[in-house]
Amino acid sequence: METAVTAALATVVDPELDEPITDLGFVRSIRIDDVGVTVHLRLPTSFCAPNFAYLMASDAQDALRCVPDAGRVRVLLDDHHDSAKINAGLALNAGYRGTFGPEAEESLDELRRVFQRKAHTAAMERCVMALLRTTGRNVEDLYRLTLGELPGGPHKEALLRRRTDIGLGIRPDDLVVVDEDGQPVASAAVPLRLRYAKAVRISVEGNAHFCRGLLATRYDDEPLSTHITNTRRAS
Amino acid sequence: MYEKNGEKYFIVDAHIALWDARASNQKNIHGKQFIDCFYDYHKNLSPEAEVWDYDTYTYYGGQRLLKDLFEDGYVDHAIFQPAILGDFYKNGFGQTEEAFALTQENPGKLTYNHAFDPRFGEAGLEQLRKDAARMNLQGVKLYTAEWHGDSRGWKLDDPWSRRYLEECLELGIKNIHVHKGPTIRPLDRDAFDVADIDKVASDYTELNFIVEHVGLPRLEDFCWIATQESNVYGGLAVAMPFIHTRPGYFAQIIGELLYWIGEDKILFSSDYAIWTPKWLIEKFVDFQVPADQTEYAPITVEQKKKILGLNAASLYGIDVPEELRLPTAAGDAGVEVAAGAKEAVAS
Repeated sequence: METAVTAALATVVDPELDEPITDLGFVRSIRIDDVGVTVHLRLPTSFCAPNFAYLMASDAQDALRCVPDAGRVRVLLDDHHDSAKINAGLALNAGYRGTFGPEAEESLDELRRVFQRKAHTAAMERCVMALLRTTGRNVEDLYRLTLGELPGGPHKEALLRRRTDIGLGIRPDDLVVVDEDGQPVASAAVPLRLRYAKAVRISVEGNAHFCRGLLATRYDDEPLSTHITNTRRAS
Repeated sequence: MYEKNGEKYFIVDAHIALWDARASNQKNIHGKQFIDCFYDYHKNLSPEAEVWDYDTYTYYGGQRLLKDLFEDGYVDHAIFQPAILGDFYKNGFGQTEEAFALTQENPGKLTYNHAFDPRFGEAGLEQLRKDAARMNLQGVKLYTAEWHGDSRGWKLDDPWSRRYLEECLELGIKNIHVHKGPTIRPLDRDAFDVADIDKVASDYTELNFIVEHVGLPRLEDFCWIATQESNVYGGLAVAMPFIHTRPGYFAQIIGELLYWIGEDKILFSSDYAIWTPKWLIEKFVDFQVPADQTEYAPITVEQKKKILGLNAASLYGIDVPEELRLPTAAGDAGVEVAAGAKEAVAS
């Protein structure tokens, strides 16, 4: 059960940092007992954006509910300025609009998409720059680079995942260098596209380092690993 | 003034504060959470020897400020950029009267920028006129994520915001410092999104928009809009201390900024008292792009002089002694975006 719960939580990604919450140290504790599973989350500051905080907490709840025999699932966000609001909303299955009331207009889908597009842009840049470093490929013909020409490995796997997230194809003959809407980029526009993609990558990576550092400073009196207790009797 | 290897640097710290976050001034739990968040920033990114104790950090007072900036910190001129946070602190977070008095007691050394909040409507506009007259305002600091009643933030292109910006034009307040923060209503949006700055920068070309923290955590979006608008600048508050903890990342930030917005549009700031200027200035003057980051050109002494003070001096009309100037004036209105970025955009 512990393995299944941890694996479920590992599918939850901080949309802004594009990393699993389990790697970022955001899962403070997991308690498995006869009734169900209780997970406490923590963030680097009390003032982390409440919309992202809610997204991660509700994604965690959804992921845990898909774990067979999990029992009652409870997710609680600790030490946040909106902890009370978010925790109450999660407990009641109130959804985003039910949780935030008039502060919510429609949904967080578009917000999530903005960051999925950024994650894709950064992943694309990593793949292309790795290719430029390791092969004799020219920038001039990158506009026709296809997925099939990318070497396998974690960079490519990450790119394929991000493409799937935003509805782009993952066939071997699909183009790698595309714009924010997934459209091909003209040869002359490729350098600027890659330059911008690099700024996106630097921003995302820098934020992740900053958040990790702040989390470690904030919780310097407890371990950054997840505290797991399991009192469930074997059935 | 800071001198190293025969080079003299005129220093303007473009973002400082005099706050009171003591328990006695906290209105609610959010006041405590806010200063604790600042203290974690301070502890996490300062060199160990520069870390303050928590109580000093909650309130340090004017005399300590003068010492840290002007006696120990090499600063020639500093600019207050207050966050009021009236929903979190009884007498506000930034101490308006104390800071303004300090400015008057130290002529030529300090500039006091005040804040406005468009959610106060007509009454706020009238207050802005009074503040501008009394404080001789040249700039304002706007914190768009500030809570106010049921509202958790506002945008620069809201109709009321535009009225305030038009009033700034009338009043001669030409430097608009914008600080994005983690909340804004509706929560459906990204509160750090800088698109609203892009819109008003196009519409109010006589105003200068200084985006604090160089748009972090949205560096790329900031760089993009700053490339399009010649009146958008970047303040280095929060980015600076990475020079100590993560010099490689700092090199990337500076490298990106120099590429996209250019050396005339970047302003040094310590974000005092989140960090103190002395070590930041020393490290920045010594700083060079690591050898393995070949994609960025080395940073020149001239670029450092502009960033550390000459650019801000130009925006605020601060008199720079002859010997500390560059042969050509920095921050000319005619200076456009970085050549590299411009070519890239054109292509």
